[in-house]
Amino acid sequence: MTDVNVKLDALPGLDPNALPLEVKNLQVEFRTRNGIAHAVNGVSFDLRAGETRAILGESGCGKSVTAQAIMGILDTPPGFVTGGEILYRGVDLLKLPESERRKVRANRIAMIFQDALSALNPVFTVGFQLAELFRKHRGMSRQDAKARAIELLDLVKIPAARQRVNDYPHQFSGGMRQRVMIAMALALDPEVLIADEPTTALDVTVQAQIMALLAELQQERNMGLVLITHDMGVVADVADRISVMYAGRVIEEAGVDDIYASPAHPYTKGLLESIPRLDLKGQELSAIKGLPPALTNLPSGCAFNPRCRYAQDVCRKDPAPSLLQVSPSRTAACHFWKEVKGDE
Amino acid sequence: MSDFVLETRDLVKHFPLTRGVVFKKQIGAVRAVDGVNLQLRRGETLGIVGESGCGKSTLARMLVGLETPTSGDLFVQGKNMSKVGASERRRGRRNIQLVMQDPYTSLNPRMTVGDIIGEPFEVHPDVVPQSRRRGKVQELLELVGLNPDHINRYPHQFSGGQRQRIGIARALALNPEIILCDEPVSALDVSIQAQVINLLEKLQNELGLSYVFIAHDLSVVRHIADRVAVMYLGKIVEIGTEDEIYESPTHPYTQALLSAVPVPDPKLRGLRDQIVLTGDVPSPANPPSGCRFRTRCWKAQDVCAQQEPLLQIRDKSGHPSACHFAEVRDVVHATE
Repeated sequence: MTDVNVKLDALPGLDPNALPLEVKNLQVEFRTRNGIAHAVNGVSFDLRAGETRAILGESGCGKSVTAQAIMGILDTPPGFVTGGEILYRGVDLLKLPESERRKVRANRIAMIFQDALSALNPVFTVGFQLAELFRKHRGMSRQDAKARAIELLDLVKIPAARQRVNDYPHQFSGGMRQRVMIAMALALDPEVLIADEPTTALDVTVQAQIMALLAELQQERNMGLVLITHDMGVVADVADRISVMYAGRVIEEAGVDDIYASPAHPYTKGLLESIPRLDLKGQELSAIKGLPPALTNLPSGCAFNPRCRYAQDVCRKDPAPSLLQVSPSRTAACHFWKEVKGDE
Repeated sequence: MSDFVLETRDLVKHFPLTRGVVFKKQIGAVRAVDGVNLQLRRGETLGIVGESGCGKSTLARMLVGLETPTSGDLFVQGKNMSKVGASERRRGRRNIQLVMQDPYTSLNPRMTVGDIIGEPFEVHPDVVPQSRRRGKVQELLELVGLNPDHINRYPHQFSGGQRQRIGIARALALNPEIILCDEPVSALDVSIQAQVINLLEKLQNELGLSYVFIAHDLSVVRHIADRVAVMYLGKIVEIGTEDEIYESPTHPYTQALLSAVPVPDPKLRGLRDQIVLTGDVPSPANPPSGCRFRTRCWKAQDVCAQQEPLLQIRDKSGHPSACHFAEVRDVVHATE
């Protein structure tokens, strides 16, 4: 981009050869009246340029909180980042003052949200909201910024962009609103895009359109994508690497083919066995018994042990198993990963 | 007496669009459901799929009597519900109960679980005598896999999956023959979804229930349904057995819908026939002439705008499809 007037090179310690995003041992807690909830408990992952990293998990596993912590939009209080590092090209974002961090946000790391209607401001036209980015971050004039907004709407394939730029969010359909969100996130040409359940609220045919659009834009720009989702189908379609989260921890990390072919953690295995498939008429589904634990009251040892069919005494003892090396390119936090994977 | 426990003939629901407050006049209608013919056999599960706005929830509300049809007939166990008297209609409705989508808003937070599940008995006091009601509620709790001792707890003390079980127990209270499930698992987490689906299948086997199962998740519908109807803009575009719809769909909309569903297997990436539809669903207040899908269809010809295709068997696939150019296309499996 030619019109960059943000001096990101001035960030202390910026290393253009370092990874665009690296999260190390991230800790986030929520201080509530019912006690401290460890929403994120030592999450680590990295992201290469052009790569798609899926963070897979169910509600309450900490996947969205991780995203909010990376963006620096965590509700504080009650949420606090209490440890770890979030590195953008070698710079720890957690150590930056808010004014510096604001330059990274949207410029280098951008995010799209699940519910586009509530993420967009209902009292401004989408054109205004898009143009605002260029005016604040790039110091453009109103006219130039609006021209760029129209270009962006074209880019995300909104028909008749020139007219629609003056419409309000409620005048768009769900799929079109999500396109506006994507346009907004990509406006400043970020290197990393975090997509938090981008298609959960959409119908399947629209979901297919949005995922195709995201894939195309990602490839064009060699952008890293962190895809936060609970949908195992979407993950199988687009992800390169997967981090599976349960109760605030990453319990398995592997390439997409490895995870689906031979899950090494009982939770991942249970999830894969409990979803019906479109292309097969299955037998009875094998459900994971029980419920996910409350974050304020985690069981001792492995958080999954009360629901696990492999659990032994060792699983109930603290500390919880850390991520063990399953193969050079994958890890799983289970004492019995060999049995789970079916190696023995 | 027919073999069908539930049957609809040309069921229509139009919601009037009006202008003005004092001198209200009708300026149009949202054609939410526009002539639906369905049959549900005893002990069978009929899946209804379609995207938001296709009229599947309005259809569900008409089936349970929460909405009065604009025209058309609804038969519950052979009795035409629009022709019988009020008391008979009430008895008919007892036989068809609803499980709702959102377990968080469909249970009254100020009532105990016992009161929620027992409330149907206030409307139909002859089902269980007063003295046995508490016992019956506890039996129901046990039937859906909850602890009968929790009868005095409130909904907020249960998780989402457990709340959906409470909703199911309430639907079962009056010993209905037909249960209508409107997106019963879409608000639940994946690991909990399977538990509820398994429960519904177990109850069907034990109690001989017939289900109408409405969902937008096509994989779940394939798992649970015997027959499937696909809806688009208030009409059924294709109907057949689960195998016919998923293995040999003939309507372009069904094909597009199925091809858009991601399959949880990275080995199939890029190997399936992908149809990405353009544009949005047209407004049901002003549907296209002829075939309603023609504005997004890649097969559309002049005839599609002029003549509405009827839902009938058109080719050797052997199941009805509302397309002039119905043709089998496999979109679910890998193709070379």
